Amino acid sequence: MSATAPPAHWRRMRERYRLLGSRCETCGATFFPTTKVCPKCRRKGKIAQVEFSGRGKVYSYTVIHSAPKMFEQFTPAVVALVQLEEGPMVLSQIVDTDHKELKVGMEVEACFRKLFEQEQSGIISYGFKFRPVNDHWGKYYDNKDI
Amino acid sequence: MLKKREVAVISAVTTKCGEHWDKGIKDLAWEAGVKAVEEAGISGKDIEYLVVGNMSGGMFVGQEHIGALVADFLGLNPIPSLRVEAACASGGVAFYQGYLAVASGLYDVVAVGGVEKMTDVEPEQATSVLAGAMDFEWEAYFGATFPALYALIATRYMHEYRLKPETLAKIAVKNHYYGSLNPLAHFRNKITVEEALTSPLVADPLRKYDCSPISDGAAVAILAPLDIAKKYTDTPIVVEASAIASDTLSLLKRRDLCTLDATVNAANKAFQLAHIEREDVDLIEVHDCFSIAELLAIEDLGFCKKGEAQNLVEEGQTYIGGRIPVNTDGGLKAAGHPVGATGVKQIAELVKQLRGEADKGRQVDGAEVGLAHNIGGTGATAVVTILSRRGA
Ligand SMILES: [Zn+2]
Repeated sequence: MSATAPPAHWRRMRERYRLLGSRCETCGATFFPTTKVCPKCRRKGKIAQVEFSGRGKVYSYTVIHSAPKMFEQFTPAVVALVQLEEGPMVLSQIVDTDHKELKVGMEVEACFRKLFEQEQSGIISYGFKFRPVNDHWGKYYDNKDI
Repeated sequence: MLKKREVAVISAVTTKCGEHWDKGIKDLAWEAGVKAVEEAGISGKDIEYLVVGNMSGGMFVGQEHIGALVADFLGLNPIPSLRVEAACASGGVAFYQGYLAVASGLYDVVAVGGVEKMTDVEPEQATSVLAGAMDFEWEAYFGATFPALYALIATRYMHEYRLKPETLAKIAVKNHYYGSLNPLAHFRNKITVEEALTSPLVADPLRKYDCSPISDGAAVAILAPLDIAKKYTDTPIVVEASAIASDTLSLLKRRDLCTLDATVNAANKAFQLAHIEREDVDLIEVHDCFSIAELLAIEDLGFCKKGEAQNLVEEGQTYIGGRIPVNTDGGLKAAGHPVGATGVKQIAELVKQLRGEADKGRQVDGAEVGLAHNIGGTGATAVVTILSRRGA
C-alpha cells in the first residue's frame, strides 16, 4: 500500500471504527463496504446505514510472511476473509490467535486495533480486526510471558 | 454499424524478461518495437495507430504519458498513440483495443505494445505498487498483499476441493521446465517439487515458487486486416475473437471465491464469437501470476469442471502431448511477468507456436488454435483472445 494524505484516512474512519455497512430496506440485503445502490432493487431500493454485530466466521485465511513496511510490525500477520453473521464478507487481520489453531469456519468477533503506522506523515490508522471468540484469546495470553 | 473486418497478427515479439538494469522503459519499448517491425516486414511509416499497455509507469519509474513517450521514442509521430491500463491485464486490454481499431475498419496497420520497467524500485516498493490493483480502502488498507489475496483463494480452494500443496508445486515445476527451454524466459532453471515445497513461505500456503517474479520487459504485436496481412506474411495468424469481462475489484463481493467469473464470462464470449469449441484448442497461455491462478484458469476457461484441474496437473495433462498444454513458454512464473507487457507477450508465444517456430522441445506439434488469458488484479478484469493459423 502506498502512503496517502490524512483526508484519505479520515474519510472512511466511521466505517472502519464501527464496522458500518449498508442495508437495503426494500429487499433486506446487507452490504459491506457501504453502497449507494442495491444491485437487485436498483431505483426501487432504499439504502440505509447499518452497524454490524462484528460476529462472524473465518471464510478463508493466510499468514503473511512478507509485508509492506507500514505493516511490518504485525508480520507474520493473519489476513482473513470473515463472513459476518449478517452475510457480507470483510477482509481484515485475525489477532490474539495461535496460528496453529486457525481454521476455516472458526468463530471470530471484531475488536478495535491499530492497523498501521505511516512513516512520513506520522498517520496512525485504527479500525477493526478480528479475534477468536470463546476463551481462545484468554488461553493465548495465558501461554505468553506478558 | 460498421461491418466487422477479419483481423490478423502479422508479427508479435517479446524482449527477454528479467532484471534489465541496463535498460529503461524507453529502451525496452524500442527493442520490442524494432523487432516487431522487422519481423512484420513493414516500415515504421506503415503504422497508423499505437496502443500501449502499461500498469504503472508513474509509480515504477516516475513516468506517465506512456503512449506519446513510446510513439516519440520509436519515431512514430504524429500518429495517434495512447496508453491503456487494467493492472496486470493492461497488455491484454491494449491488444483488445488494437483489435477493435482494425476490426472496425478505422485503421489498417496497428501496433499494440506492452511495457513495464519494475526493477528501478526496491522489491518491497514494487509490491506496494502492485497492491494498487486491489481495493485500496478495504483490502490493501487492512494489510493485504497480492500474494495474500491469492493465498485466500488457495486456502478456500484447498478446503473445498482437497487440493494439496504438492499439486501447486507441480505447476511451478512444469512452468520452470518450459522456461528452461525458452531463451527469452526470466528464469531458465528447472526446479523439483521438493525445492518448491521447501521454498520460503510468502503468504501461506503460497511459497516463493508459487509466485511469479518482478520482471522488466516489453512486447509488441502488429495487427492488420486479414486480406492486407497476406501482403506482409505467408503465415498471418487470425484473431478469431478477443473478449473482456469485468468483476468486483475486491474479493469481498465475489459470487464464489474459487471462481474468477470474469474469466468465465470473457471465455464464453470469446468462444461464442470465434465459433470454436474447447476441444479444438491446441494450447493455452494462462495468467499464472500465482500457481493457484493457473488451476483456476484451466477450470474457468471451461477446459474441465471446477475442482478437477488438479487431476489434469497430477496426470501431467498440462504438458505438451497431454490433453491441454498450458504455458509452453514458462508462463508468468518462469518466462516472467512484466505486468503491462504480459498480455502481449502471451500473444507473441501463441503466434510462435501457431507458426511452428517455438524453440526445440516446446513446440506443440501441428498447433492450429491457441488461447491467451490475461487477468488484472484478482480477476476484476479478464481478457481472453483466441488465435488460429487459419490464415496461413
Ligand atoms: Zn434491495
